[in-house]
Amino acid sequence: MAFSLGRMLAELKIYARGNVRSREGFFFTLVFPIILILLFGAIFSGGSSGPSTVYVQNLDGGQVSTAFVSALNSTTAVVLRPAPAGVNFSQYLSSHSSTDGIVIPQGFTTDFLSNHAVNVTVYGNPASTTSAVVFGITSEIVNSFNLHGSTGVIGVSQKTAVSSSYKYIDFLVPGLIGFAALTSPMFAITNLSSTYRRDKVFKLLSLTPLTKTEWLMSKIIWYIGTTTLSFILMSLVGIYVFGAHITLNWGIGVFLVLGPFFFVSLGMLVGTISNTPESAAVVGNLVTFPMMFLSGTFFPVQSMPMYLQAIAHVLPLYYVIDGLTQVMIYGNFGAAYFDMGLVLAISLVTFALAVKFFRWRED
Amino acid sequence: MSAIEVSGLKKKYGSLQAVDGISFSVKKGEVFSLLGPNGAGKTTTIEILEGLRDKDEGTASVLGLDPWKSGYDLHKQIGVIPQGFKFLDYPTPKEAVNYYATLFGTKVDADQMLKRVILDEAKNIWFQNLSGGQKQKLGMALSLVNDPQVVFLDEPTTGLDPQARRAVWEVIRKLKAEGRTVMLTTHYLEEAEVLADRVAIMNHGKIVAMGTTDEIESKYGSGQRMVVKAKDDLLRYLKENTKLEVDGDGSTVTVFLRDKNDAMVALGAIEESGAGWDDLTVRKDRLEDVFLRLVGETGDEEAGAR
Repeated sequence: MAFSLGRMLAELKIYARGNVRSREGFFFTLVFPIILILLFGAIFSGGSSGPSTVYVQNLDGGQVSTAFVSALNSTTAVVLRPAPAGVNFSQYLSSHSSTDGIVIPQGFTTDFLSNHAVNVTVYGNPASTTSAVVFGITSEIVNSFNLHGSTGVIGVSQKTAVSSSYKYIDFLVPGLIGFAALTSPMFAITNLSSTYRRDKVFKLLSLTPLTKTEWLMSKIIWYIGTTTLSFILMSLVGIYVFGAHITLNWGIGVFLVLGPFFFVSLGMLVGTISNTPESAAVVGNLVTFPMMFLSGTFFPVQSMPMYLQAIAHVLPLYYVIDGLTQVMIYGNFGAAYFDMGLVLAISLVTFALAVKFFRWRED
Repeated sequence: MSAIEVSGLKKKYGSLQAVDGISFSVKKGEVFSLLGPNGAGKTTTIEILEGLRDKDEGTASVLGLDPWKSGYDLHKQIGVIPQGFKFLDYPTPKEAVNYYATLFGTKVDADQMLKRVILDEAKNIWFQNLSGGQKQKLGMALSLVNDPQVVFLDEPTTGLDPQARRAVWEVIRKLKAEGRTVMLTTHYLEEAEVLADRVAIMNHGKIVAMGTTDEIESKYGSGQRMVVKAKDDLLRYLKENTKLEVDGDGSTVTVFLRDKNDAMVALGAIEESGAGWDDLTVRKDRLEDVFLRLVGETGDEEAGAR
């Protein structure tokens, strides 16, 4: 029963053809990833989502700076939070998980009243819509003060609050690629394994020289293809619609292979323990949903309570998404190697178990 | 050498003895039919011979191979249509034949193959859009891709309309003409009568009769019978006024004839009864009559199926 590339490719061809011809296959391969990124991109990438919190460090304390802060406060677009005078403002913003802030320099009142030029510094993330709002409002108020004064003396300077301009969408793309690598194969293969058994297609295949390994490999290759296609589509939407920053490197390719490799095998393993398509769907959901929400797909794992973080660390999808995040955003291959090794190891084990326990004959 | 040899074969599911010590052999080039109601053990028997199930006891060999242990080698030499043949939804018959040919590593002219099973008119239609008969015919085509010596057909015409059934019969006749051994399970008695060289009737896991249809009819049949369309009033009259062995189902009355005299007595009594009657026929016991006698009329759900 030697492995035959020809048989595996024949199986891949007939399965691919079925997926291309079925509406569900078309939807989940091409449309669903785009809907996902548009939906989550729109939900989480800001826009007009209420007033932004802005930290203000008033180093002056004079009457003009107090009036300036009051003017800022009178707008409904921002909620002001005072920052202590003695702290490093950048670090302060960072420790408060914020990128938006305003620093009013010492001597602001004196300089303004004596018609000396003075700058208000606006901190923000240039790529964030909230930072643009804060900068716009500050500029408006500066203009208004300058108009009331005898000469225009206040200027606005900008500073970037983070070292690189990452946005939520940048973190969302790896999460959603992980999501695509998980859901598409898992749902399809668990369903397939039970419907094929019900319809005796496995029995039929067992009467041909096709082997279980060839059958499973063909599915893995197909889902590597669809996950890669999802990656391309989501990246294009991410870049052109939401301005995401995506660095292409070989590390992404590794996870685009390992993700489907693992989840096709897992789907098959899950399918072997369910006899009907209905129970396969239930078991599939039980395995898939916790992974979907707890592995950092939509929300950073670090923002979760500790006990959920502990759960996340035993979910394989966490390592796929973490690895993708490391290579796509930070270029931190050191951390990604660990994820790659771990996912490869559990994929090989799961694949071997799936081939062993998946039977297409009966005793 | 026989194509199929079975001896003392047994298979149990939990407490149910599905196959209970059956023995038979099928000669090369023979069409052999397993008959029986649902649950008689036909499919279990055929699946053991196809290598899809392991046996509990006894021996089974197909083309000299143990079907379970040497399944991978055997499958290259046999063709199978499982009961209720289903396939993937989207390939066309032509694509499916080419797919199978690649799996078996053989070269097959798909158009020719589909013509052979009378399916060439639907060769480019997706499987899910084929009719029941067309699907079965594709099953036939796929089972022949590897040019098998033995073909197993498990209820190949169940659920088909009469026209489609006859088309499948035509294909089975061609298989026989080509010298292939065919093992056919069915609960359509007419099918076995028309196609099989020999039949074995199974009930509760055992073979209760085996031979050619003529042999079975003469061995287990009761001879001649007179059948007349009539209501139960005629049945009652015959029971009360004659010593004839009679039976009825509300719309027909059957008189079992031991000799010619019985026929004369029956005719006279029917006329004298004054009951309304029609369509009187006298015929020999058929396979169906024997089948019903052997497996029981009511105890087995498919006993009356044709």
